[in-house]
Amino acid sequence: MQKIGVFVCWCGSNIAATVDVSQVAAAAKEEPGVVFASDYAYMCSEAGQLMIQNAIREKGLTGIVICSCSPRMHEATFRKAAQAAGLNPYMVEIANIREQCSWIHKNKEEGTKKAILLAKAAIAKVHLNEPLTAGETPVTKRALVIGGGIAGIQTALDIADAGFEVDIVEKSPTIGGKMAQLDKTFPTLDCSACILTPKMVDAAAHEKIRLFTYSEVEKVKGFVGNFTVDIRKKARSILEEKCTGCGVCTTKCPSRKTGNEFNEGLDNRTAIYIPFAQAIPNIPTIDREACIHFKTGKCGLCQKTCGVGAIDFDQQDEIITRNYGAIVAATGFQTISLERFDEFQYSKSPDVITSLELERLMNAAGPTKGELVKPSNREHPKDMVFIQCVGSRGESCREKSYCSKICCMYTAKHAMMIRDKYPDINVHVFYIDVRTPGKNFDEFYRRAVEDYGVDYRKGMVGKVMEQKDGRLLVQASDLLNGQQLLLQTDMVVLATAIEPDKSARNLATMLTASMDTNDFFTEAHPKLRPVESPTAGVFLSGTCQGPKDIPETVAQAGAAAAKVIGLLCRDKLLNNPQVAQAKERLCSGCSNCSKVCPYGAIDYEEREVLDHGVRETRRLAMVNEAVCQGCGACTVACPSGAMDLKGFTVKQIMAEVDAICR
Amino acid sequence: MREEILRISGVNPSKCMKCGKCTATCPAFEKMEYHPHQFVDMVKNNQISPLLESESLYCCMTCLACEERCPRGVKPQKLIEAVQVIKLRASGANRLKPQDVAERLDPSLPQQALMAAFRKYSR
Ligand code: SF4
Ligand code: SF4
Ligand code: SF4
Ligand code: SF4
Repeated sequence: MQKIGVFVCWCGSNIAATVDVSQVAAAAKEEPGVVFASDYAYMCSEAGQLMIQNAIREKGLTGIVICSCSPRMHEATFRKAAQAAGLNPYMVEIANIREQCSWIHKNKEEGTKKAILLAKAAIAKVHLNEPLTAGETPVTKRALVIGGGIAGIQTALDIADAGFEVDIVEKSPTIGGKMAQLDKTFPTLDCSACILTPKMVDAAAHEKIRLFTYSEVEKVKGFVGNFTVDIRKKARSILEEKCTGCGVCTTKCPSRKTGNEFNEGLDNRTAIYIPFAQAIPNIPTIDREACIHFKTGKCGLCQKTCGVGAIDFDQQDEIITRNYGAIVAATGFQTISLERFDEFQYSKSPDVITSLELERLMNAAGPTKGELVKPSNREHPKDMVFIQCVGSRGESCREKSYCSKICCMYTAKHAMMIRDKYPDINVHVFYIDVRTPGKNFDEFYRRAVEDYGVDYRKGMVGKVMEQKDGRLLVQASDLLNGQQLLLQTDMVVLATAIEPDKSARNLATMLTASMDTNDFFTEAHPKLRPVESPTAGVFLSGTCQGPKDIPETVAQAGAAAAKVIGLLCRDKLLNNPQVAQAKERLCSGCSNCSKVCPYGAIDYEEREVLDHGVRETRRLAMVNEAVCQGCGACTVACPSGAMDLKGFTVKQIMAEVDAICR
Repeated sequence: MREEILRISGVNPSKCMKCGKCTATCPAFEKMEYHPHQFVDMVKNNQISPLLESESLYCCMTCLACEERCPRGVKPQKLIEAVQVIKLRASGANRLKPQDVAERLDPSLPQQALMAAFRKYSR
């Protein structure tokens, strides 16, 4: 028989106000095997823990039950305390009499009754607990960063500077991401490329960083400390070792009708292309969809031009398998589709553009060499209208419910830059609210209004109409003046909502990392663990977790790196010993369990067993203890009841149920 | 009366974020003393009597543009209509019964008008 101690916590008034704690302790004392029961104001305090430890030593306890808050809060605390007093940490059970009792009941009598039942159940369970020992697994000292934008680059640099190897997998032909497309950055207006490209170069040159561009993660196996990842390196049709990046091939390519992604489709690119001048790696890629050779078997001009014979039309995709200890998601964002916003004429009029398109129109390396012109006729605009919150803060299926966070500031930036460069252009901004929290942010917005004369109007635009003379007519509210305005304008710029990159969902499935309803990765705790995913070993960097600007992204990237470094510093990780195990005499090798295991922890082996004096070879389920997360799915799927979860055996759970129903 | 308006319309005016898109869109703006977003706010704040007295009540053309474009799904037109209905019912001008419809059917009558009549004149 076990010698059990029961400790009932008041949690100040959190529990004690709704549960008569001394009555719970008294009732527990009556249970078989209970040799000690007491209550105390804060069990988790040092004094509380000392009380537990003294009781373990003095009464020779073999198991303890703490009636307190959720095990998510303090299970680890109490296990540690028990271990320090010489008790196996898995001989500790928690009865959650706070979240599952005091917090949801008002009536003290009812609350006390329920708390006693929960205590009895935990006591019944602890009778059947067995000491468990955690195994260890080594940590692969390399990290994988998925996404090569500013978030991924910064995370990789920080990890690499700490001395660990990092791979960056980027799906497009170059690293740099969205930040590479931006012209200036708020609130200091430094040139985006000027501050980004040195970081790109650092990442490429770093001896600890390996870049896989034009590559995608295809398969993820394993668990924290020991991930195995298949990376598909898509065929560029270029021999990287040979290519010198001279770019001659791109000038000869006759296929010139593909929208240039880097310039947001405002101009075209060739089929063999280098996305932009500072691209890294600085080698071309053949877009096989657009290439005439791949379509008709003819052309091949680039191959003829290349002096070093670097073009290889027969190149195949390559699968590279690498091991990692930690994975960082940094998949970034995209702007939402404006297809369903007909009222703004985005699909109809070339002079209605997104803010990201405006970035390219203002950029010296953009399609107009930085000269702001109307896309329809390349004329200089006289009036411009900005519309904020397009697709943000809405309820319908075409909108996002959240605030995209960056639009107020970049709109102020755009308006200011235009007024600075072209004082003859009248700039109107229609807003619902101007949200500028952040260091020097509101000052920046006020400058746009006060020093640059940008006309801010409180109210939304109802619709944009195309006119015969080629100009646009904007019908909008000016709520503060109680007017409906009709404005003639040359261009309309839409502050388009952002959403997670579309590759994120697939990746989340591979990583078994959770997402919210908007497909942003969920953090392990919204306040206290903001850069970790709930899946151990998976970390979050940048806008894949939620909308944020560049300073915030860089800060979060560094935080994610710190967490990764903390993990990679360790030589070994302790496994969770509460894992599944198949009883060999019951297992029929039916494969049901491996089909339901979400972590791929179960394999089958031919093994010799001795059953009732008969020796025979059987196919048996084998759980990889380092991979198993103890979810218990297999125990339910097993038709012969062979699979059981250590620490949560069927017997233990039934004992709890019995104790409650007794 | 406010509760009755909310019940008839099914609108929750607290959802409005005062963006003014309804009013920006409304083709009847010029004729109105109170504009769609004001209807929403005034009903919310229980300022119903000025609405009942105002000609604005009859300016709405039921084009539903406000409803279509409101980012918060508020449906200002439904609210305007509910205020109309309240006024009609109070004055006992409840003229249409479902059984009368068949004989009044006029092929040139837009369907929308028929539906609107139903909503206004029957309980
Ligand atoms: S493939 Fe050949 S021609 Fe093209 S950039 Fe490389 S070296 Fe130059
Ligand atoms: S408990 Fe869950 S994770 Fe472990 S083997 Fe069973 S199904 Fe897989
Ligand atoms: S439904 Fe009425 S209030 Fe709404 S936009 Fe049309 S006319 Fe204006
Ligand atoms: S469009 Fe909708 S949210 Fe905006 S002011 Fe009108 S009712 Fe309110």
